[in-house]
Amino acid sequence: MSATGPERHWRAALAEGRFLLQRARASGTVFFPPRLMEPGSGDDEWDWIEASGLGTVHAVTVIHPKPPQPPRAVVLVDLDEQVRLMSEVEGVPAEAIAIGLRVRARIGERDGAPILLFDAAGA
Amino acid sequence: MGGTFPRGATAIAGLATFGLGECPGWTSLEMAAKAGQLAVADAGLTMREVDGLFICLPDDVLAGLSLAEYLGLSPRFTDCNRTGGSAFMSHVATAATMLAAGYIDTALITYGSNQRSGGGKLSTPVGSNAWEAPYKPLFPASSYALAASRHFHQYGTTRRQLAEVAVAARAWANGNPEAFAQGPLGIDEVLAARMLSSPISVRDCCLVTDGAAAVVMTRIDRARDAPRPPVPVLGAAAATWHNAISQMGDLTTTAAAESGPRAYAMAGIGPGDVDVVELYDAFTINTILFLEDLGFCPKGEGGRFVEDGAIAPGGRLPVNTNGGGLSCCHPGMYGLFAIVEAARQVRGEAANQIPGVDIALAHGNGGALSSQATVILGSAATI
Repeated sequence: MSATGPERHWRAALAEGRFLLQRARASGTVFFPPRLMEPGSGDDEWDWIEASGLGTVHAVTVIHPKPPQPPRAVVLVDLDEQVRLMSEVEGVPAEAIAIGLRVRARIGERDGAPILLFDAAGA
Repeated sequence: MGGTFPRGATAIAGLATFGLGECPGWTSLEMAAKAGQLAVADAGLTMREVDGLFICLPDDVLAGLSLAEYLGLSPRFTDCNRTGGSAFMSHVATAATMLAAGYIDTALITYGSNQRSGGGKLSTPVGSNAWEAPYKPLFPASSYALAASRHFHQYGTTRRQLAEVAVAARAWANGNPEAFAQGPLGIDEVLAARMLSSPISVRDCCLVTDGAAAVVMTRIDRARDAPRPPVPVLGAAAATWHNAISQMGDLTTTAAAESGPRAYAMAGIGPGDVDVVELYDAFTINTILFLEDLGFCPKGEGGRFVEDGAIAPGGRLPVNTNGGGLSCCHPGMYGLFAIVEAARQVRGEAANQIPGVDIALAHGNGGALSSQATVILGSAATI
């Protein structure tokens, strides 16, 4: 058992520039957000793995704040490891982000904290 | 599959709404207490007889304790379940099984919220979790918008079809003096409304109102002695699949696909037997998803199903006959208002009364399409 909970471990790794996921040993299932056991089975035999960072936009919404703030997109990304997470795709106009877009993860910074973001995979 | 449920052993004997729309100068607790008082009187009972208290308030996580104190009751069982807007359908399930078992004799389920007069913002402390909050989605609108984007992508659903839901709700509201939003509303007006979180515009979102509602449940023998017709509870089932939208397995299928079939099995009926449908329409996409998941049309067909006024007055299926959360009221949690409207339809006293209602379905939604609960009510002829 780790000295800290899985969430804190994950955040510490992110701060060091590493994007981690968990993989259950028995089923091989990869899961996120970090937790103590594989969701569903409750299996607590798992390993940290490095995420490929590659994924596909699964769903997208464009938020329209009151002007002059520009519209901004929030996406759900399906990583190639079959886990889903919320994020943003940078470098692509909000209205041009479509379901199916291939994206690559990048660790950025926001409000002084590391944050997981995505770029178009071709960029 | 159906689970054990005391079909028809308990009934809604009393109901009430209070302060729908705007109710300035009242606290949420006062409103819930007032609706409760009206519902107990409607059932021909006295407050002293209430020995099971079920409540959820927007601003008080210990609301059950607060209400017991406020009413001066010492309930044998108190529950302030927190499954979002589906809490009240879950309350019906708990109350029915406890009443049938003899654990309690009289259940009061009540809710009140001064969300509109109290500041106009969501007074609930609920928000995005730590994994979503950094991306600043509009909570909860963006969650529903993401689900809608998948429905559009997979099934070709359109904003015009979402607009049909809002327009139908307004048409029902226009026949309900209790409904807060009145007046003409057309498809083009919905389509031209300010975009909030695509494809959800401000006209695809529920109202922000005040409002209180309550029902009183007893065993069927006692409900038959009440002044108003008993409304037997035929089935009540709940299902929870996730909380955050990013953890929803299939964004186009909700846990209503589980709670619905279980409730039908308990009631011994199918969707084709339902005369009137009350769905938790926090957003227009909800109605489409729940029509599919509850079996009123095949998966993916919800958008086409609601076209041409099919769920509006005079359409093929009466849905949200009080105007729903989109045009009647939405004080933060709508669930109990759907139950009250379903029960009123069975009693034959709804503002937009559908002739000869024997089966009414009320479906609750909590979280981001997360917790789902379905209640099926019948007339005395169904037991």
